[in-house]
Amino acid sequence: MSREAEAAPVPPQLDRADVRVKHEAGIGGAIRRFFDRVRSGDLGSLPVIVGLVIIWTVFASINPIFLSSSNLVNLLFDCSTVGVIALGIVCVLMVGEIDLSVGSISGFASAMVGTLWVNQGWPVALAILAAVAVGGFIGALYALLFNRLGMPSFVSTLAGLLAVLGLQLYILGSTGSINLPYGSNLVNFGQLLMMPKLVSFALAAVPGIVMLITGLRTVARRRAANLSAPSTGGLVTRAVVITVILELIVFYLNQARGIPWMFGLFVGLVISMHYALTRTKWGRSMSAVGGNREAARRAGINVRLIYSSAFVLCSMLAAFGGVLSAARLASASQQAGTGDVNLNAIAAAVIGGTSLFGGRGSAYSALLGIIVIQSIASGLTLLDLSSSLRYMITGAVLAIAVIVDSLARRSRVSHGRA
Amino acid sequence: MTDTSDEPVPAGELVLSLRGVSKNFGAVSALTDIDLDVHAGEVVALVGDNGAGKSTLVKILAGVHQPSSGTISFRGKPVTLADPSAALTLGIATVFQDLALCENLDIVANIFLGRELSPLRLDEVAMEVRAWTLLNELSARIPSVREVVASLSGGQRQTVAIARSLLLEPKLILLDEPTAALGVAQTAEVLNLIERVRDRGLGVVIISHNMEDVRAVADRIVVLRLGRNNGIFSPDASNQELVSAITGASNNSVSRRAERRQARQDQTQEPRP
Repeated sequence: MSREAEAAPVPPQLDRADVRVKHEAGIGGAIRRFFDRVRSGDLGSLPVIVGLVIIWTVFASINPIFLSSSNLVNLLFDCSTVGVIALGIVCVLMVGEIDLSVGSISGFASAMVGTLWVNQGWPVALAILAAVAVGGFIGALYALLFNRLGMPSFVSTLAGLLAVLGLQLYILGSTGSINLPYGSNLVNFGQLLMMPKLVSFALAAVPGIVMLITGLRTVARRRAANLSAPSTGGLVTRAVVITVILELIVFYLNQARGIPWMFGLFVGLVISMHYALTRTKWGRSMSAVGGNREAARRAGINVRLIYSSAFVLCSMLAAFGGVLSAARLASASQQAGTGDVNLNAIAAAVIGGTSLFGGRGSAYSALLGIIVIQSIASGLTLLDLSSSLRYMITGAVLAIAVIVDSLARRSRVSHGRA
Repeated sequence: MTDTSDEPVPAGELVLSLRGVSKNFGAVSALTDIDLDVHAGEVVALVGDNGAGKSTLVKILAGVHQPSSGTISFRGKPVTLADPSAALTLGIATVFQDLALCENLDIVANIFLGRELSPLRLDEVAMEVRAWTLLNELSARIPSVREVVASLSGGQRQTVAIARSLLLEPKLILLDEPTAALGVAQTAEVLNLIERVRDRGLGVVIISHNMEDVRAVADRIVVLRLGRNNGIFSPDASNQELVSAITGASNNSVSRRAERRQARQDQTQEPRP
């Protein structure tokens, strides 16, 4: 320790050599830095968290049942299905494109599982695999139209919305709806399967532990490389705070039925996507293509491949979300994936903070955004308000989210952070 | 002097040599019989009017276009530049006119774009250290490499673009209009940067329309006119000489003004009768 203290002041740290940059140290510094960032328009997840607090306060004050653990558990079930679809939307928004057909693809996937599994007698795993594969195929088709024929994704996926809906109606045939057998593993997974309490507590501790271990390792490596490193104290504080919050949430939900495995699966997908987007070359290329396509091409990135990966991943996640919602509803019907599924998924990604302009977003925006949307839906259902009002309010929230996105973008431009 | 690579180029070595390079686009000959030599530690300025073939020449050297005839030798060996990556692996780096940076990514990400270390688990620490080393070698005044490129000035962006081109340890660097969009201070910064790159022992080819900039950094000025060599000048050649070589006319506003000035001087010197 003492040797380090002697050696440190002699060569200035590589990234601290310039006197013009302010460096805030410690927890107070971290808080000040956070406010600086927000003021310059780099909002991150802040608007959605503030919005969530407002929405929850309003609904809880009108109807206390809203915040009861049993209602929140149901909320988590509902979040998982559309949330997986929203995760795919995050992918295409990252590269600055859009997929308007995710609802149709999810409905088609649920219809495929229904027909293949229930009507044709395929093994359920194979039926799910087939549905997801067909989803991927549709995505590959969009990518082909986009890359080779220069068809804007807005138009190709709008065409896909109709065409895939047609496919869904076609394979459902005249019956129009297939009931999935109650008691089967898939339906149990979608409606009943809960994590054992011990498992949920253990899993809630994992993020904090992983954060601490990787954080400490990074700090050690940065110190060895003569770079500035965050303080160990701050790291421990953050890990402890996150662990405590997660454990409290889990404890509260465990008062009722507990944490659905389906939600666990959704969160697992979100975390994997977050890792892929931030810590891999693929994720870096996605942001680069979304930010400046020509620059990415000249840097030697295979731009077409990146676009294809985004479209295929989005459609596959949409199909998988469709399978989950079929499990949740225990049926595959003509209504599956129609109505507000499409816009809820897109709205969730945007409300969560993924920019419509490309190059800026996070996998967590799917998680946060879908919680906002489902909270509104659940709160209004509890108030016994009609769906007409629900549509209007969800629309207003989406509009507010896009306005916040545009204003933040303008602020970033004026603060040189666009 | 900094050691640029495992295999240092001796100062003054002939890095690039073009002999009789021609390029036809259909019936149009964009380049005819171009000869060009670039030595290590030398800045060669390529000047010429619009349509003189400067950009075509740079694109041939960057591997974007292939010459119709002629030979290109790189460090004494004849080479063919079939595509941009072939030029890159040989050690020819190009900084394009529009800087081709991603504004939404930070400086480290931009420098390593497409060449990230450990693709499945990005090595941010190693990349950040390397980025600082590159920028410090250029004595670049970048406050923080974790800022997004959008927050940088034009000169700083040019610095990042040049640092990126140095990442692969090139032997020759091509700069297409590096000062075109820059203010006075940023231009000076970039010109300093070019000198530092030269001092690292690299061959530099710079295209510019700005005679002042060219004269400030170039060791030799190669003039192209209508796709042909039209003379090689030293940086202290007069503006009039350069302009007439570029435009091919001795009668233009620059020459007329020079004549008038000369005439006035003669008049004042002549004792009045």
